[in-house]
Amino acid sequence: MLIFEQSHNGRASNAQLPQDSDTLASLPADALRVSKPNLPEVSEMQVVRHFTRLSQKNFSIDTHFYPLGSCTMKYNPRACNTLASLPEFTGRHPLGPSLHGQGFLSCMYELQGMLKEVTGMQAVSLSPAAGAQGEFAGVAMIKAYHDDRKDTARCEILVPDAAHGTNPASAVMCGYKVREIPTGKNGDVDIEALKEAIGPQTAGIMLTNPSTLGVFDRKIKEIAGIVHDAGGLLYYDGANLNAILGKVRPGDMGFDVIHMNLHKTFSTPHGGGGPGAGPVGVSKRLKPYLPVPIVGKKEGQYALLDENDCPKTIGRMSAFAGNAGVLLRAYIYAKMLGREGMSRVAEFATLNANYLLKRLMEVGYDAAYPDRRATHEFILTLKKQAKELDVTAMDVAKRLLDYDFHAPTTYFPLLIPECLLIEPTETEAKETLDGFIDTMAKILVEAKDDAQLLKQAPYTLPVRRLDDVKAVKQLDVVWNNKTELNG
Amino acid sequence: MPFIPHSEQDIEQMLSAIGVGSIDDLFDEIPDDLRCGELEKIPVGMNEMEVTRLLREKAAQDGLPLCFLGAGAYEHHIPAAVWEITTRGEFYSAYTPYQAEASQGTLQLLYEYQSMMASLMAMDVSNASLYDGASALAEAVLMAVRANKKTKSRKILMPLATHPVYRSVTEAIVKNQNIELVNVPFDLATGQTDLAALEELSADDFAALVIPQPNFFGVLENVDALTTWAAANKIISIAVVNPMAMALLKPPGEWGDTGVDIACGEGQPLGVPLASGGPYFGFMCCKQQHVRQMPGRIIGRTTDLEGKQGFTLTLQAREQHIRRSKATSNICTNQGLLVTAATIYMSLLGPEGLKKVALNSHKNTQLLSNRLTSIKGVKAVFSGATFHECVIQLETDVKQLINTFAREHHILAGFEVSAHYPELGNALMVCATETRTENDIEQFVTTLDTLLNG
Repeated sequence: MLIFEQSHNGRASNAQLPQDSDTLASLPADALRVSKPNLPEVSEMQVVRHFTRLSQKNFSIDTHFYPLGSCTMKYNPRACNTLASLPEFTGRHPLGPSLHGQGFLSCMYELQGMLKEVTGMQAVSLSPAAGAQGEFAGVAMIKAYHDDRKDTARCEILVPDAAHGTNPASAVMCGYKVREIPTGKNGDVDIEALKEAIGPQTAGIMLTNPSTLGVFDRKIKEIAGIVHDAGGLLYYDGANLNAILGKVRPGDMGFDVIHMNLHKTFSTPHGGGGPGAGPVGVSKRLKPYLPVPIVGKKEGQYALLDENDCPKTIGRMSAFAGNAGVLLRAYIYAKMLGREGMSRVAEFATLNANYLLKRLMEVGYDAAYPDRRATHEFILTLKKQAKELDVTAMDVAKRLLDYDFHAPTTYFPLLIPECLLIEPTETEAKETLDGFIDTMAKILVEAKDDAQLLKQAPYTLPVRRLDDVKAVKQLDVVWNNKTELNG
Repeated sequence: MPFIPHSEQDIEQMLSAIGVGSIDDLFDEIPDDLRCGELEKIPVGMNEMEVTRLLREKAAQDGLPLCFLGAGAYEHHIPAAVWEITTRGEFYSAYTPYQAEASQGTLQLLYEYQSMMASLMAMDVSNASLYDGASALAEAVLMAVRANKKTKSRKILMPLATHPVYRSVTEAIVKNQNIELVNVPFDLATGQTDLAALEELSADDFAALVIPQPNFFGVLENVDALTTWAAANKIISIAVVNPMAMALLKPPGEWGDTGVDIACGEGQPLGVPLASGGPYFGFMCCKQQHVRQMPGRIIGRTTDLEGKQGFTLTLQAREQHIRRSKATSNICTNQGLLVTAATIYMSLLGPEGLKKVALNSHKNTQLLSNRLTSIKGVKAVFSGATFHECVIQLETDVKQLINTFAREHHILAGFEVSAHYPELGNALMVCATETRTENDIEQFVTTLDTLLNG
């Protein structure tokens, strides 16, 4: 039942109402609202019950294993939320004088330093609100760099075909054309194709390493050399940073700019689709262009550096200083991990992924790259099952839900047919992985015995498979608002 | 090992299953010369007790001053139930709802959010949120350029009375697509966008007009005239509004003869704490005819195999994970958790509660403004009606005054307007939401009087 369907005219959560007020003296009548907004009129307990019950219709890390490739669904430590929610932190006005923010700003300053160190970059700005905004900031810095050098013929960004969709979309938002680079048979970037594509029109390349194919590109230094020799810059998509934390640093690989997804690697919550945080790190030559504000020191005090301090900045990505509360959670997490904890993240994420891959291959699944070492994630391809049994990656994914496992990432990257991209993360115990393996084995048996069973799954969730076509054709995105909407 | 459950025995069994001798062997595809050594500049780890003590100390350093500062972020009372429920693990630690069957809680909530927000704005449709108010305005500008089929113009009319940081964020986000923001001045007497100046600009071709309500100074714009002017000139109208104010003021869907095309703004006043500026959420609503140009996630109601109601992400053909370089935006996330809070907040307050919060904020600011302008050496800058902020002019340096208030009186006295609008002299913008009492206001007024007049 929708909250609106529980509404009763004149009912209210009375403890939440401010004192009565009837003064309207200074407001002109034609500026006032006449219509009553269609908000629910319900009691406080109704609200609590309704939204508690809704929460129970969700899978979440706290309740389920989420082997969701490229998403790094690791445990979100409770302390991070509790401490970031201390009243002085949640109550701090973003424009308050820095004198009332030395505690908070010192955390941000230290976080910048830790991110710099772990990525091998020369400077960090915390301001982008999410990975995609970090990408935008990164590409905008590449553009500002070339423009500053009057090197304006560079109009193209190279993106491997395995890249996240945000990469080409971010490049276009910065005014660039996008050129795709194919992947070689072994999963690494096709070097010959890269050499053909690169030229004086190349502004840069956007890479994820390890790539979304779950393998580490071994020729990364050669790629960096080719791109730099042609005058282009290298952008590192930090989506897969969990795989290499404390092991390899993007700065050492030759990258000029990187964004980090703190909601992945630094364990801030995904929150049902946000908020994220996408800080950017840069090499020396891009430092002047970092988005503001940046946390710095002025006269011995922590302060937010702005356009006056950084005149070549690409500007601001949000009204204040990015997703501060998310940054604070990442800071607390980083403090708890410490230097030794960071490299353990990569070690155990990789151990879990390789164990899972090996065992899943043993029970009959095909790896997309069986000869390669898995990183923190790997790809299974159900090409054979699709052909022989008419069972797709989607069917297996949906059936997993019936067994209380969240589905892996499906149909991404686009170049692997019928793929499942699986990332267990370091926080899962062996017995959880074993349970997942047993279930995957069981589903394979089901696929052979009764493919229809899978094609109709799931059966045990609040809803069965939904009609996505109807959702588009008979567009219903608001309840009872004005007229019935048909798209 | 923090957050890693493996025992020695687990590790041995797993390595043996994989067929390698050590965890380090798993990194054998990474060239040796790329491997980094110990990260010396990162401190050693702390346990939860130690980090708790550290963070409590840092929080105590910042304190909780009495707040009369707004300028885009507002202190409102947030009912206890809002964040109690929002931080339930099932909301807090859930992923983006791609697997609809396993995400009906989040999806239904987002559908309810869209319904509430569209109704609050009196618009046809809403998306499931964007990053924040400023980036939402930038996205609205990009959307308007796509949506306006009547002109190829990439020029946008941007009133100078729009939040200055929103203007600079928009500039930073749209400039690489050759979109130009053309300033529209405001009337120095009323603080409203200057209609006559706008009329003079109408000879040129524009894609969109931005209409702030209330504007940055807290002043109410002549929204009906601005919207009607835009429609008459075949320009897309973009409202950028405080959602709390819309419980009291005429909503963008009812402005002028037609209502605006796009309404956006900062959702923070609806149950989101100040928290040093984020995470907040940007909202965006539009007319039905523009829905396919809208950026960000949209949730739709549909049916399942058995005909039962269910909710799912819809119109995904607009988005980056499908359309890649041809997407309406690169945005991937929404601000799901903040929208969860806002939906619970709006449900708890209801139409009357929200209106009362808006009205009390207005009333308190009126009281504050009247009391402040009765002090010698203080006068109101604008004559236009205001919502819950107002700009006052002083005969002393505002920056220093703000610092004195903070350092010696533990009060956030307001926003230094002169930093962005030097033409307004020593101007300070103050705000008193429903959370300020008459005593709070009296304390502020008395302190200012003493500081100015001894």
